[in-house]
Amino acid sequence: MDLAIFERLRLQHLATELNAIHAEWIDDDRLEEWPELFTDDCIYKVIARENHERNLSLSAIFCDSKGMLVDRIISLRKANIFPVHSYRHILGPTRVVSEHELKITTQTNYTVFMTRADGRTEIYNSGKYIDEIDCSGERPLFTSKVAVFDTNVIDTMMVRPI
Amino acid sequence: MPETALRDSQNSDASDVAGYRVPYRVFTDPEYYRREQENIFQGATWSFVALEAEVPEPGDFKSTFVGETPVIVTRASDGKVHAVVNRCAHRGALVCREVRGNRPNLECVYHQWAYDLEGNLIGVPFRRGLKGQGGMPGDFDMKQHGLKKLRAESIGGLVFASFSETVEPLRDFLGPIVIEHIERIMCKPIKVLGDQRQHVHGNWKLYAENTRDPYHASLLHLFHNTFGLYRSTQTGKSVMDANKRHSLLYSIAASNDDAADKQAYGDSRTFDTEFKLQDMSLLKGRQEFDDGITLVILAVFPNLVLQQIQNTLAVRQTVTRGTDGFELVWTHFGYADDDAEMQAIRQKQTNLIGPAGLVSMEDGEAVEIVQRAIIGETEAESYIAMGGGRAEDADHLVTEGSIVGFWENYEKLVGYGTTS
Repeated sequence: MDLAIFERLRLQHLATELNAIHAEWIDDDRLEEWPELFTDDCIYKVIARENHERNLSLSAIFCDSKGMLVDRIISLRKANIFPVHSYRHILGPTRVVSEHELKITTQTNYTVFMTRADGRTEIYNSGKYIDEIDCSGERPLFTSKVAVFDTNVIDTMMVRPI
Repeated sequence: MPETALRDSQNSDASDVAGYRVPYRVFTDPEYYRREQENIFQGATWSFVALEAEVPEPGDFKSTFVGETPVIVTRASDGKVHAVVNRCAHRGALVCREVRGNRPNLECVYHQWAYDLEGNLIGVPFRRGLKGQGGMPGDFDMKQHGLKKLRAESIGGLVFASFSETVEPLRDFLGPIVIEHIERIMCKPIKVLGDQRQHVHGNWKLYAENTRDPYHASLLHLFHNTFGLYRSTQTGKSVMDANKRHSLLYSIAASNDDAADKQAYGDSRTFDTEFKLQDMSLLKGRQEFDDGITLVILAVFPNLVLQQIQNTLAVRQTVTRGTDGFELVWTHFGYADDDAEMQAIRQKQTNLIGPAGLVSMEDGEAVEIVQRAIIGETEAESYIAMGGGRAEDADHLVTEGSIVGFWENYEKLVGYGTTS
């Protein structure tokens, strides 16, 4: 196989697996581990498509450090009051949009189903991830993860990461 | 059925029946919802519909709602803001199907009836028929078939609209206290930062109560209390306009006294000195107002909250969606002259508010747990008595007086009886 194609497939595989772990840890409520998928100075942003497409900055969640991710989780566990619920992410294929010195930009469609305490499952949030992933280290890490969501009306609230 | 809901201490000497009571059926019975649309949202009130900054240029429009009724807010070529019902005068189709945009005129896609930006009918295809056949009747008068117009007025860049021909002017409807605090926040040109929308599965009036309620804010919201963004021990006031429709709640965080406050809250869940943030930059702000006020919740009857929490500025518009749901539309803004640091502060602090807000997300759950608990109740009532149970101002934050003010106005406009 052409070496360039092999390398491209390898990076795509790393990005796909990183996104799969990201989804799995959130869905399995392993939220304390979730920040470990990010670099210390990461960006994590959940933004409505309505704002993103107008180049407006307003985000539902905006974190610019791993510490802020940890704080979101501690807040969820200790501070916030919200209905009992769980998520199930369904991911589309991850596409490598660009690559430069093992730092890649990827896009992945996602849907998050929410199940509340009454047992009903509903589509909670769908959109796409625009990710920047550093594959140069021991394991790949998100330097930036932006979830641009189509589901413009948020059902009651958003407490878990998308 | 007799109106038995309203009882207070003036009618009784027994202290345990002091306070105000609201029958839970007003949150669940469609009869009340229908009367609210007619008497409140279509009645002699002014509803918030837009920020002028959302429609800055001639031709700009925004689709929104008054109560549940779809309306379009436009800026016409005369530079003025207008509001019309988003419903074609022909056979009722939505004229404007986009959330926002810019157009030279408004045209219904169904039969291409065209209206100018003030809602006047300016074009009807095949009006005189084709080849001598068909066409509108000879006495068809374009002037009588415009979009239904609302009155529109603005103060401080906030646009309000009314269906009523007889409602008092907007300035009188709001009153001096509300105007003062609108103008305090809207003190210079603003820049819209974006919108957030959330659907809450509860009656809109539960949110009207929530935003007139300084009592809950430090008991439900740990972030407010633990980090001293808001505590009932703070210097602050809960005051109303002369008609007690609107509620101004404000507080000053510089009045925090951590040791004394800790004692006041005892072992409250929401005063947690063990709770620490790894990244305290979230709470780093900048004093913007000379008066030292760090929190303003200005609840304007019937559908608006104008808020300042730390450096977050936003309007929250309530759109009713039946008895057991409403949409809350948050439009966040900063000032046009914000420097880069201020923009960064506002962006970070938006984590505090909105549907994912570390402070405000709990209000959705507070509304929903009431709605779920009162299902089917026709006679039972709530009990509102903190601070005395009367619609009175307070120079402290341990009161529910403004909630009573809301309900007294509701009783006048809608009534608690089950038949109108």
